[in-house]
Amino acid sequence: MGIKKEKKENVSRRDFFLKSGAIAGGVVFVSLLDPLKAVFAVKEPKDKRKKWYGIGIDIEKCIGCASCARACKKENDVPKEPFFFRNWVEQYTITNEGDIKVISPNGGIDGYKQTVPEANIYKTFFVPKMCNHCAKSPCTQVCPVGASFESEEGLALVDQSYCIGCGYCVQACPYGCRYIHPDKGVVDKCTLCYHRLKKGLDPACMMVCPTGARMYGDLHDKDSKLSKFIKDNNCVVLKPQLNTGAKLYYNALSQEVH
Amino acid sequence: MPLQVKRLLLVFGFFIGSMIVLIHFLTPDSFYQFGHYRGKALDEISNHEAKYVDVKSCAMCHDSIAAVKDSSFHKSINCETCHGPGYKHIEDPEKNKMDKPQDREFCIICHAKNPARPQKEIKQIDAVEHNKGEVCITCHNPHKPWE
Repeated sequence: MGIKKEKKENVSRRDFFLKSGAIAGGVVFVSLLDPLKAVFAVKEPKDKRKKWYGIGIDIEKCIGCASCARACKKENDVPKEPFFFRNWVEQYTITNEGDIKVISPNGGIDGYKQTVPEANIYKTFFVPKMCNHCAKSPCTQVCPVGASFESEEGLALVDQSYCIGCGYCVQACPYGCRYIHPDKGVVDKCTLCYHRLKKGLDPACMMVCPTGARMYGDLHDKDSKLSKFIKDNNCVVLKPQLNTGAKLYYNALSQEVH
Repeated sequence: MPLQVKRLLLVFGFFIGSMIVLIHFLTPDSFYQFGHYRGKALDEISNHEAKYVDVKSCAMCHDSIAAVKDSSFHKSINCETCHGPGYKHIEDPEKNKMDKPQDREFCIICHAKNPARPQKEIKQIDAVEHNKGEVCITCHNPHKPWE
């Protein structure tokens, strides 16, 4: 064919191992370097005086009135249709046979109709859900334009004037906390009422909660209400196996909740 | 180096160069101010209007009702939980009235019997049988339910 066949070189076994070892070692070393870290996430500030927000929900106190869901919709102009929520309340019912039933009519706003007869209920409880404001959020990592991000306070926020509405983050969130706003065409989600925090007010959902089941606070401040709540109770996060660094702590959460 | 490789390198170089120029001009000003996002977005988000005002603002005018509520079982409830957001009412109290829920349906949002509701947190009634057809507020004062 005109092309000279190259001479087959003899690579010794020792050479092969040395070279592939060097390449593998180099790749591992480079991946450890800070700017090239595989997990693109906000770093918890080393300075413990800086705020690092977390949320706490006491399931034992939740009465399932969904005042939080109602207030959130009013405060943040969330569309009234029953599939757009920044936060919502689910009722879990575990029957004597071990079946798990989850209902959330219009996010709890329409009230709950128990279909399981009381004699057949093993256990039932409410679980309010909202953005977990994860420290290693899957949603912010997948954003192709840098519109979803995590602020230095540890809040997962959306830059709505920069979002292209691709919906990748909606799929990436394992907790289902994002939606595409039907009028704006961009992603909308819980901001922990960032605009209220900056004005010195509590988030709307926490302010209206009649039993004080919801709380937020600075995880760096060991005297904050939230830090004490986590310390005094046996708190867990949702889907810990996903290593999202969720910062929404539930007290008395049953293992059936997912 | 063969000619075709030289040409390919030239095309590659042109592409990379133009990308660098484009990125320089298309990146918004405050991008990378704090991280891989527009720093100004934080200001934009925090500029939203807060619609739920604080309970202190309610008590400035309605101090007697607030005192009654604070002495009763409903003391842990914020005024705006039932009466709705008050940001417009504060600006012009005459024109913008707060919600005044009167219906039975409103009370049973919290007080209907449900095995999932913690007994010690809230008094519950059978929403169907309890004084059928009556409106709750004929017997109960919502600010002091046991009087």
